Amino acid sequence: MTVALSTCPDCTEAVPAAGDVRVASITVCPGCQAELEVISIDPVEYALAPDIEEDFGE
Amino acid sequence: MTLAVLTTRTRLEERLIFAALERRGIPYAQVDDRSLIHHLGDREVPRYLGVLNRIMSHTRSVYATRLFEATGHQVLNPSNVVETCGDKILTSLALTKAGIPTPRTVVAVTPDAAVEAIEQLGYPAVVKPAVGSWGRLLSKVNDRDAAETLIEHKQSLRSPIHNVYYLQEYIDKPDRDIRVIVLGDEPVAAVYRRSDHWITNTARGATTTSCPLTDDLVSLALRASAAVGGGMLAVDLLERSTGELLVTEVNHTMEFHGLAAATDVDVADLIVTHTLSTLERAA
Repeated sequence: MTVALSTCPDCTEAVPAAGDVRVASITVCPGCQAELEVISIDPVEYALAPDIEEDFGE
Repeated sequence: MTLAVLTTRTRLEERLIFAALERRGIPYAQVDDRSLIHHLGDREVPRYLGVLNRIMSHTRSVYATRLFEATGHQVLNPSNVVETCGDKILTSLALTKAGIPTPRTVVAVTPDAAVEAIEQLGYPAVVKPAVGSWGRLLSKVNDRDAAETLIEHKQSLRSPIHNVYYLQEYIDKPDRDIRVIVLGDEPVAAVYRRSDHWITNTARGATTTSCPLTDDLVSLALRASAAVGGGMLAVDLLERSTGELLVTEVNHTMEFHGLAAATDVDVADLIVTHTLSTLERAA
């Protein structure tokens, strides 16, 4: 279910957020394909996601 | 007290773990690793019931685990397991010490020695970063020209870890590898990870299907888990064309989205069960 809508900080495209969105989750801007990080949920706000670092993994 | 869940990002795995905690009414705090500040020696009393570590960066994970342990917290997985599993050289040392079948592995610490070591392994050989994941920077080296070029390129990478050379024989496996999830002393599920590419990692597009937990697979996964210190682990294995199973790596902060897509096993719920029972036993 999509209930929230905010904009991409890079291209200003509207980016929908799922109803159960959580802080620090990652989504992709439908306009510019930038990876966005959810930085707040009330209201939903996005920042450009930090780059994947070299030692990231599992 | 609340359970701390250390995170870097809220991936599917973390969402599933949070949902499992919420279903049980377990109080938890999501602690973003970017917010961690520890004043050494300030706090002697544990602040959390325990710490479930889901940090994505190996370096941050090693130090965060150590810092929480220093303040009396039990961290899952413990720092010795994180340190061993996050470094392929240390993992291979642990596996070989325990007599667990793995691909033939050679380590060199200078470029010239690395080329010579690849020659000794034979072609094709596989060059992997000692620290890293998701199939990144894995190289299949087919001849000496490629070996020399690759080693020269690796010298230009910034991190000194790229000039420690972790080299393995290439295993002519079927179009798949196997991942077994081990929680404590129980392998709970396994999947095949299939790809047309020789790198069969879901982060590189491999797809997953359920894999039966045979006696051999269970035995080897448990031995591999014990060799690196035990805990909540994902043991990755390859099959030789003869069918022989080889352990390639053991992951300490495993991703299980591929497994969740292929099996009915609720790994997140089992992780919560294992975490709580481990903390209870330690209390």
